[in-house]
Amino acid sequence: MPRVLTADTLEAIARARARYPRAQSALLPALHAAQAQVGYLPEPAMADVADALGVPVTEVAAVATFYSMFHTEPVGRHVVRVCTNLACHLNGADQVMDRLCDRLGIRPGQTTADGRVSLEVAECLAACEEAPVLLADADRVARVTPEGVDDLVRRLRADA
Amino acid sequence: MPELIVTRHLGPERASIEAYLASGGYQAAARAFKELTPDQVTEMVEQSGLRGRGGAGFPTGRKWKLTPKREGETRYLVVNADEGEPGTFKDRTLIEGDPHAILEGSLIAAYANGVHHAYIYLRGEFFLGYERLGRALAEAYARGYFGTNILGTGFDLELTIHRGAGAYICGEETALLESLEGRRAFPRQKPPYYPAVRGLYDRPTVLNNAETMAHLPHVVTMGPEAYKAAGPPILYSVSGHVVRPGVKELPIGTSLREIIFEHAGGLRPGRTLKAVYPGGSSSAILLPEHLDVPADFDSLAKIGTMLGSSAIIVMDDTASIPAVIARAVEFYRDESCGKCTPCREGTVWLSQIFERILGGHGRMEDLDLLDGISRNMTGTCFCLLGESVPPSLRASLKYFRDEYVRLIESGGRGAAAAATHAGGVPA
Repeated sequence: MPRVLTADTLEAIARARARYPRAQSALLPALHAAQAQVGYLPEPAMADVADALGVPVTEVAAVATFYSMFHTEPVGRHVVRVCTNLACHLNGADQVMDRLCDRLGIRPGQTTADGRVSLEVAECLAACEEAPVLLADADRVARVTPEGVDDLVRRLRADA
Repeated sequence: MPELIVTRHLGPERASIEAYLASGGYQAAARAFKELTPDQVTEMVEQSGLRGRGGAGFPTGRKWKLTPKREGETRYLVVNADEGEPGTFKDRTLIEGDPHAILEGSLIAAYANGVHHAYIYLRGEFFLGYERLGRALAEAYARGYFGTNILGTGFDLELTIHRGAGAYICGEETALLESLEGRRAFPRQKPPYYPAVRGLYDRPTVLNNAETMAHLPHVVTMGPEAYKAAGPPILYSVSGHVVRPGVKELPIGTSLREIIFEHAGGLRPGRTLKAVYPGGSSSAILLPEHLDVPADFDSLAKIGTMLGSSAIIVMDDTASIPAVIARAVEFYRDESCGKCTPCREGTVWLSQIFERILGGHGRMEDLDLLDGISRNMTGTCFCLLGESVPPSLRASLKYFRDEYVRLIESGGRGAAAAATHAGGVPA
């Protein structure tokens, strides 16, 4: 019996599994699917993924903890990933990050007390022509300004 | 301005197969299937002068020829769309702006190599790219460009988009294969694990970059001679302190001066050029005196740097070189997979020294330490990630030693200035 994953998620994992000759190849897609449902990857979710693919749960945990987009601890409803790499650094990313920290009252790697927003440093987001750039969940925000940060924070806070 | 070939049709509507077909899309693949043998396609690609666009610049046709074609043995095509080299955004631009071109190139590469299972390893953070490439692939399947008996030719190809999950190391080809097999992305030992001979699931694997795929339909349509005569074209990603950053498609070997000052609009008013990365953060930085060097593989190698992923990051006089290099070092520290000691420890040590210098507590002997650690990392790291750290750091010590010295001598004041400059705020 699955512990936390729903029939839909297990169905998505089975579909991914069918695309590879070996089950373990579907581990990244399976973890994406599990995290999309639960919000993060608690142990029971990893155990369900292990069962679905016939992969040892230790292997699932080893992979889940290696990749920065997988969260094994709860994260905010929204995740803001700020690129601070070279092109963004040259175009004011440090001020953007400072402003976000100030408005959210947290440091990179933390989540606001109300559980709304997690803040992370991103790798180069490969959008250097739009520097400084950030990802607010799946949306890329180009040429972020301090005012833009304030708008973004307001929007993420207001979202029900 | 040369005529655009690869980036002629970029746009948000290009995920739609109608838009792609209306501009002649999938005709190159159809022609290859119906009129050319796999060997003829490979020969065309070799004649075209197309070199892999992932960074190493290996001739694509030769790579295909090196992939053993044993009867009855499964081979794979893996497209590296895990773009992450700082400063590089050409693949993302193509994935979002012309996804079918990458799919059609994958069809051509699969046909030429007798491959029936292909994977596109797409960077996890490319949410928009996943949406567009996914939609493009679904529409291409629906129209019979993928699957079994494609266009009635008897050729079969299953293509799967595999999303990464945040790990720069996956851009390294053997680490990418580990990740595709569902493991931590630790690079493999070469030899024996050259992907061409022992790649995905230990099988011969053609591993090409996403931009490389987008060139292939044009090689087939134009013919190798015309394609080669057009440059051949490559995509430069230009960013940093320029007025018009973006992807610039130009004949390979265009000078850095022309790329920066004509195609990227030059610097902001009143600013002067300080330094340039010619090939992403892994390449040694250059000075204004190097601007007339052609931006191609051999010319840049001759002056001790590289074309790499052709990512040109421009720094004007507001940039603090130690702060920029420190940021690059921090990045490699965070992305080191931890497998080998020189990279895992070296990046941490370098980072600590930079923190000391930028924090106002630098010592003159720190400069020798930076150089010494860099030298000890050179040629000793397991893969190119660690090897990417020393070139720009050592070049910065050579060209901008004064700036490091001033920063150390002035203590806290110098660091404050560096922080201001790092923000790109004109003084």
